Amino acid sequence: MKEVKISVNNFDLYYGEKQALKNISIEIPAKKVTAFIGPSGCGKSTFLRVLNRMNDLIDHVKIQGEVLIEGVNIYDKQIDVVNLRKRIGMVFQKSNLFPKTIYENLIYGLKINGIRDKKVLDETAEKTLKQAALWNEVYDRLHEPALSLSGGQQQRLCIARALAVEPEIVLMDEPASALDPLSTAKIEELIHELKTKYTIVIVTHNMQQAARVSDQTAFFYLGELIEYDKTSKIFTNPTKKQTEDYVTGRFG
Amino acid sequence: MEQLKQKHKDVQGIIFINLIRLLFLVLVIILLLLLGKIVVEGSGILSLEFVFDSPRNNMTKGGIGPAIFGTIAVTFIMILFAVPLGVFSAIYLNEYAKDTFFTRVIRTSINNLAGVPSIVFGLFGLGFFILFIGRNIDDVLETGLLFGQPALLWASATLAVLVLPIVIVSTLEALNSVPKTHRDASYGLGATKWQTIKHVVLPQARPGILTGTILAISRGAGETAPILFLGAAFFLPNLPVVDLCIGDYCIPMINPTEQFMYLAYHIFILATQSSNPTKTLPIQYGSTLVLIALTFLLNITAILFRYRFRKILGRL
Amino acid sequence: MIAEQSHITDIKTPDRSQESSFGKKIKKSIRIKERIIKYFFAVNGAMALVFIILIFVFLFKEGFKALEHIGFLDFIYLDQVQADGSVKRVYEWYPTSAEARYSLVPLILGTLLTAIPGTIISTIFGVAAGIYLSEVANPKLKEFLKPMIELFAGIPTVVLGFIMLAVGASFFNDLLNPVNRLNAFIASLGLSFVIIPIIASLTEDALHSIPNDLRMASYGLGATKWQTIRHVILPAAFSGVSASIILGFGRAIGETMIVLMASGNAANITANIFESVRTMTATIAAEMGEVSQGSDHYYALFFIGIVLFTITFFLNLIAEIVISKMRKKNTF
Ligand SMILES: Nc1ncnc2c1ncn2[C@@H]1O[C@H](COP(=O)(O)OP(=O)(O)O)[C@@H](O)[C@H]1O
Ligand SMILES: [Mg+2]
Repeated sequence: MKEVKISVNNFDLYYGEKQALKNISIEIPAKKVTAFIGPSGCGKSTFLRVLNRMNDLIDHVKIQGEVLIEGVNIYDKQIDVVNLRKRIGMVFQKSNLFPKTIYENLIYGLKINGIRDKKVLDETAEKTLKQAALWNEVYDRLHEPALSLSGGQQQRLCIARALAVEPEIVLMDEPASALDPLSTAKIEELIHELKTKYTIVIVTHNMQQAARVSDQTAFFYLGELIEYDKTSKIFTNPTKKQTEDYVTGRFG
Repeated sequence: MEQLKQKHKDVQGIIFINLIRLLFLVLVIILLLLLGKIVVEGSGILSLEFVFDSPRNNMTKGGIGPAIFGTIAVTFIMILFAVPLGVFSAIYLNEYAKDTFFTRVIRTSINNLAGVPSIVFGLFGLGFFILFIGRNIDDVLETGLLFGQPALLWASATLAVLVLPIVIVSTLEALNSVPKTHRDASYGLGATKWQTIKHVVLPQARPGILTGTILAISRGAGETAPILFLGAAFFLPNLPVVDLCIGDYCIPMINPTEQFMYLAYHIFILATQSSNPTKTLPIQYGSTLVLIALTFLLNITAILFRYRFRKILGRL
Repeated sequence: MIAEQSHITDIKTPDRSQESSFGKKIKKSIRIKERIIKYFFAVNGAMALVFIILIFVFLFKEGFKALEHIGFLDFIYLDQVQADGSVKRVYEWYPTSAEARYSLVPLILGTLLTAIPGTIISTIFGVAAGIYLSEVANPKLKEFLKPMIELFAGIPTVVLGFIMLAVGASFFNDLLNPVNRLNAFIASLGLSFVIIPIIASLTEDALHSIPNDLRMASYGLGATKWQTIRHVILPAAFSGVSASIILGFGRAIGETMIVLMASGNAANITANIFESVRTMTATIAAEMGEVSQGSDHYYALFFIGIVLFTITFFLNLIAEIVISKMRKKNTF
């Protein structure tokens, strides 16, 4: 039996009048990789943003239902969104490094937590860069603009930046979709290593990727969670017809 | 294949495109001629004395020092009013306020306020600042007629209201141009709203905000209509300065309750109302050259800033 | 609202009664600084809003008092009793005479007689300049010329008024021998210097915002450059160009210094562009310094102010709506 990190119960989300998530219930295991797959516009990103309450930043969003992380409803009035997001790292589809140096990007999360100790900052920078397998490539240019890095390096730096605040959960929204195959492979390798320490949720529309990196896979369609199971099961022996059509590419 | 070799002649096109070229050329020539005229006529009188001296001999001799001082003093106080208020309210509008019908109405009003004639702001300044606020201050403080009359303070305040939309609109634009993805990155790392604004949004928006501020200064320094009846004076023997003393230490300060000379107003008054406009013509050209140089300098700075700003953003 | 819990049976649901360490970490923090800063910005926003509202309120409050003091019809005409007992209807602006006359007709006509020719001249030159910059000039030259236009848009209007007075008036006096040395024509030329940059840069924007595919499609069909401009670009940019002309016209109506210095300021009722006229803006500028607060004349000037305010506000609003429609249409 697995330890459950996140459990979502009957969750609905509306953008204004439009319902984007319909009655989602799911339990995401700790220290495993869970992949969300499904056609574009089916609500994967929206659901990912539910998990760290990034949707709070969008006007006109209405929600219903509960999201429990370690048994605590993160939509409870007692919960602080800012503190919540400090515990949950997020990596976005397109690298969104700040126009600052590599180093400043890495320590941003620490700085806003009030950590000023140069030694701690330096150590964290080195540690997370090593974790993200980027140290060897950038150790001699930490104070150069982050945007001078290549696309793949930028995305790995984004991951490193998210890890620097030592989150427990890392959410990734199509982190490799804009990258070449080589960089993609590096990111997948990285994800594989990170899961020993973190609970990882990754959105991808690349089914091979989901099959390669994830332990659990959830298939979304038109705002609904159609099927959720072990990745091997989803890809070899899905229960639902829609899932089968999608994973075999017979969709639409 | 013969047809292809034959060059197609679009006679109408040739005429019109060259007409467009011609019109543009005419425009450029006229502008250069006028600018040249100002430079040639104005540079004859231009000297350090001209820039720093007071007018003499019934304005026919001497310089425009007090008018330049007045322009700097008024725009300085204007900036003190308009820039913090404009920048802060733009930050509120863009970063804190929700996008509702109400905020959209406000945005539209601000946009349109930038197009309201400047003379109308002058009316507002007279009626509101001088006759309403000023007179009431006088009544309360029992100072006699001190604030309830045209003065530097009210001219600055009125110009501040005039340039407020410029500051707000350019700040909004600057804030808006900071990519949403950067905000998301910051919030995703657990930053608060203010931390995000301070560390991510403002550093990127700063050149844009600065551009707007410089444009506002240039606009204020060049305006004449609104200050016509707000304290601009034909000639003042003394600068609007007062010694502010704390104990034995005195520093000269701009005196906001006095009238002032103003470069743009100086040109107007010399050209239209002095007893002998032809005799003061060199001074008129000299003042015009100084005013144009001042506004060009400010605007070029603003344009360069924006150029840099766009280049930075373009790289992202 | 919290919905009922789901029951996926094969995975153990954590016990919620026992507060986890995670729950402690994400408990509410009181962020006083954060709140103070938010209120600080809110107060500034409110203050700016108050000023904006004050301008509306104050102007209209003072302006409408004019209607109590003077009466609406008196702003159009006055029936004057002549010496022989007959009644003559006069359209005059004569606020300081014993029998004050407040007709806005000569002022409105004066405004139109400077603003309309000014806008026409500016449309010809401004649209041509916009087309030149967007479609004809090579990109390098354009890089240089666009900021130049902006620079000229920033010339203080008192400078333009002075130029018209010192150079323009004499030049055209010798050339055209007008009725008055300072006249509506001179003023409208001066206004053109202000409006041409506005129309040129907005036209350029409008043309520039048209997707290149459209141009390519036209060239692909064998159209020449002019045919492309004439039949594809200009129609697509029509609303943007119109908006720029509307904005320019609004600016011409509201401009003060140029008309004050170059129009001659006589409140004639005339259609002759070579006669002196007096605009609404110049009237306020010339007379506001002399009136005593609370007099009929004072309120009359405020009334002119709200007329100006209303006209320009609506012209700007129309232009804005046209532009935003265009934006929506042009985003594919
Ligand atoms: N900010 C938003 N406002 C309104 N609708 C949105 C917003 N973001 C996403 N949507 C809509 O919600 C649906 C799901 O979007 P998204 O979660 O981005 O899908 P996916 O990531 O699976 O492609 C889509 O129909 C999309 O149009
Ligand atoms: Mg998505």
